[in-house]
Amino acid sequence: MTSPTSTERPATERAAAPEASPAPVRERRRLPGWLLGVVAVVVAACLPLLNLSVPGVLPGPTYMPGSLHLMALCMIFAALALSYHLLYGVAGMLSFGHALYFAAGAYGLAILLKYTEMPLLVAGALSLVGAILLATLVGAVSLRVAGVSFAMVTLAFAQAGNVLVRRNPRGLTGGEEGVGLATANVPDTLVGVVNTRNMFWVALVTLVVVYVVVTWVQRSRAGHVVEATRENEMRVRVIGQPPYLIRLLTFVIAGTLAAVVGMVYLLLQSQAVPAITSADFTIQALIMVVLGGVGSRWGAVVGAVVYTLLDQRLSVLAGSDLVESLPTLLRVPLSEPAFILGVLFILVVLFMPGGIAGGARRLTERRRGPVRAAGSHTKSAAEAAERRRLEELA
Amino acid sequence: MSILVLLLVTGLGLGALYFLVASGLSLIYGLMGVLNFAHGVFLSLGAFIGWEVARRLDPSSWTGFLLAMVVGALAGATLAALTELLLIRPLYNRHIEQVLVTVGLGLVGVALFEGVWGTDAAFISGPPWLKQTTSIAGARISNTNFLAIAVAVAVLVALILFLRHTRYGLIIRAGVENRSMVTALGIDVRKSFTLVFSIGGAAAGLGGVLASQYFGYVSAHLGQTLLIFAFIVTVIGGLGSLGGAAVAAVVVAIPQQLANYYLGGIGDLIAVLALAVVLLIRPTGLMGAKAA
Repeated sequence: MTSPTSTERPATERAAAPEASPAPVRERRRLPGWLLGVVAVVVAACLPLLNLSVPGVLPGPTYMPGSLHLMALCMIFAALALSYHLLYGVAGMLSFGHALYFAAGAYGLAILLKYTEMPLLVAGALSLVGAILLATLVGAVSLRVAGVSFAMVTLAFAQAGNVLVRRNPRGLTGGEEGVGLATANVPDTLVGVVNTRNMFWVALVTLVVVYVVVTWVQRSRAGHVVEATRENEMRVRVIGQPPYLIRLLTFVIAGTLAAVVGMVYLLLQSQAVPAITSADFTIQALIMVVLGGVGSRWGAVVGAVVYTLLDQRLSVLAGSDLVESLPTLLRVPLSEPAFILGVLFILVVLFMPGGIAGGARRLTERRRGPVRAAGSHTKSAAEAAERRRLEELA
Repeated sequence: MSILVLLLVTGLGLGALYFLVASGLSLIYGLMGVLNFAHGVFLSLGAFIGWEVARRLDPSSWTGFLLAMVVGALAGATLAALTELLLIRPLYNRHIEQVLVTVGLGLVGVALFEGVWGTDAAFISGPPWLKQTTSIAGARISNTNFLAIAVAVAVLVALILFLRHTRYGLIIRAGVENRSMVTALGIDVRKSFTLVFSIGGAAAGLGGVLASQYFGYVSAHLGQTLLIFAFIVTVIGGLGSLGGAAVAAVVVAIPQQLANYYLGGIGDLIAVLALAVVLLIRPTGLMGAKAA
């Protein structure tokens, strides 16, 4: 429903804006984004070798298995959030069934490892193929509708997966108990609490790989077209690109990435449980993306880390004596982490539309003040594009 | 034969519950373009509050039960109205954010219910008549089915009368057709937004009280479970179509019951399969006017 007279800039330009600095003036003052990323990854990779304590955030020093496990979990969820960012932030597809592919990866690998003699990588490749087929099939059907119907339809398919897993066909999925990780064909270096450090590095590599793939997809031709499709499907049709196929491709890539992340999750947690097939699990990924700021890659990563840390820490808080001693009116909500996270999420949606990334951008812009003439133009263009996108989805 | 009758009538009963949830969803979507993920919370709240009321009075008396229905519907309507005023309205015309807010409310609601009423299902009892069965063609059918069907039909008739014969109904129908035109005519559509939300919430709250009788328990997840089927019903029926929701509720629920019995409990999968088939053949749903 975009008015035909609007003179907006091409969508691709907007998408590049938050990542690459648009104004040459800013370029000189600021470290390039990729360099910051490399530094962050190197620092993260060194964490298991250091003895750092962050009281209140990590359960112990960074080299201890407990902290490493939590940090690995943060990175796995960050990778999942990035795959969801590709769906929602880039392609504008609000899927409520993303958990299906994560679970397909985790359950597929768990089942293959348990019932066959395949080595880890073969089993992984095989379950990946399965996940790709599943994503293609479900995506092909769901993408016949768009917007809100798409959300409902993906939810319904994911729910079917949830039902199937809980029903435990032929004893494969283990019902409510889930499937444990059979370690016979998993390299010893990835098994057991003593090797949490190695799993930490595997999770870090997964996150970096997913980040690179998502960046690459966004910058590829197909990525540009899918962003354009999000803005105005009719125009994409007119210039001769098939929106349906490109949406489907993005959907399948996001699903594939989620499946890979699901496999790493299985290795870290040593178990696939039905909770990862639920709609709530997809909603978690959605909350991470929204919390971090829709449309920003690093926002998705930060959002996922913040969410995971809050989720874990709030559970600890819920069981603490402090909360126990509170009057009922305060104790009941505080003992439910989902309640606090849900309220936080609502507040971000209502009062902080850009999430953490948007807040950070506003802060840096205020500090840079006068230099920002060109940049503020970018910002208003971005806002205009966002408005259009919402009209489009309406 | 008697088994078939039993399955058909219990299917209708289940369909009645789906309709009570889906009617509100469909109306809200039709008028406002909001997919309400918090609808399950309205239902659960209605069920819990209704149960509390019946428990305090006399769960086995009809007065207690009828009062539970009224209070459950009121609770659903109140929460829905508050949701519209406090969460939906500030995000005027930003539909995706509106959906996100309701997603958050769904999360918050379930967490709060778990905190207040516990994570386990609470088993409930109603008037003795509801526990009994009635024989039709040799099938012994639980009376909760008849109650659910009767209430759903009453709600459907009431909604149709309201939409066809009242001024507000006129505005809502016109708003579903073309909201900007109605606004341009100087009519405050926002009032009807709150109204539609309240009606949807009341239907969901009523559905909650009936669902707790139908299933015999009430739990924090009762609403979310029914909500997913209500989504399926809403899409199959065509977004924004009340009649479509009614037809689709039956079309989904009866095969679901049949498949649960004859095909070894795969009823839930049948519902999803029905959705896939409908989307492939007719993406706008059975009675949907426009693709959404």
